[in-house]
Amino acid sequence: MVDVAKLEPGTVYVTYIAATPEQVWQALTDPAFSKRYFFGFPVEVEQRAGGTFKLLYPDGRVHARGKVIEWSPPRRLSCTWLIEGMGEFDELPECIVTYDIEPSGDAVRVTMTESHSWDIPDAILAGGRSGWQAVMSNLKSLLETGKTLTLDNQGPPPGMAEAVKRAVAEKPWLKR
Amino acid sequence: MSKPSFVYVTYIRTTQEKLWAALTDKSTMKKYWFGAFAETDWKPGSPWALKFDDGRVADSGKILEADPPNRLVIRWQNEWKPEIKAEGWSCCTMTLEPHQGVIKLTVQHELEGEGTKFIEAVSGGWPKILSNLKSLLETGAVAYETKV
Repeated sequence: MVDVAKLEPGTVYVTYIAATPEQVWQALTDPAFSKRYFFGFPVEVEQRAGGTFKLLYPDGRVHARGKVIEWSPPRRLSCTWLIEGMGEFDELPECIVTYDIEPSGDAVRVTMTESHSWDIPDAILAGGRSGWQAVMSNLKSLLETGKTLTLDNQGPPPGMAEAVKRAVAEKPWLKR
Repeated sequence: MSKPSFVYVTYIRTTQEKLWAALTDKSTMKKYWFGAFAETDWKPGSPWALKFDDGRVADSGKILEADPPNRLVIRWQNEWKPEIKAEGWSCCTMTLEPHQGVIKLTVQHELEGEGTKFIEAVSGGWPKILSNLKSLLETGAVAYETKV
């Protein structure tokens, strides 16, 4: 398990959604809901700290697996993520994905923070970042309009696979 | 070292033309920009200012590039708070692209000099403004209302 206190935010995405915190919480934790805005990926979260977290591909294979660090409905969900089934990507250290849900004006502010325990190169962060931009845009559309956008998973952007290969060879996270 | 900057990407169910209109039309801007609107003719080289109805000026600058409905570049300086203005000029680039049947809007705001206050301010502001813009185009109403 990573030392949570040592993590640094790599990617932060903030969006304001016309919804209630409870609706956002349900969207983030219910597999039927996540499938609609998260590239068809069902999320499976055990409803307690220490429980397991899984994000599955539409065909049921595991995309990311981890543990629930914080389960505080409807305000904060924090889980560790380890990538699976993507070759060298699987050897990257786990990161932490936290959703903070706060009432703000007439809306809800949703902040997604992806934190890392090592000095992760921007070329690797870029892959997750472009995914989050699409996922969070889609989450907002779904909650506000009942419809999602037609966004597909673009896969790793150019340069990401090379950056992962280099990082896995050098393992900079071990040098602390 | 890269310059201090903030980047925000949002995907919006609309057309590039409607998004361009929303980014440049005064009365539409007021709805999602907390009452503020741009005063400019949107021609390269022309002055640009972000104002409120009561005459207060939030930001000023000039249009560097305007390529409707694809790209808008504004040289931008804060006029609201002296400590933010003191950090000097920034450059704001808005890019509109079709993407998988919707429109991808990228707003990149880069400070020309050094400092943290300007980028901190726009990092708080853009997510609110662009969330509102997306809501307005997709639902006809904004998500977040506040008076400045």
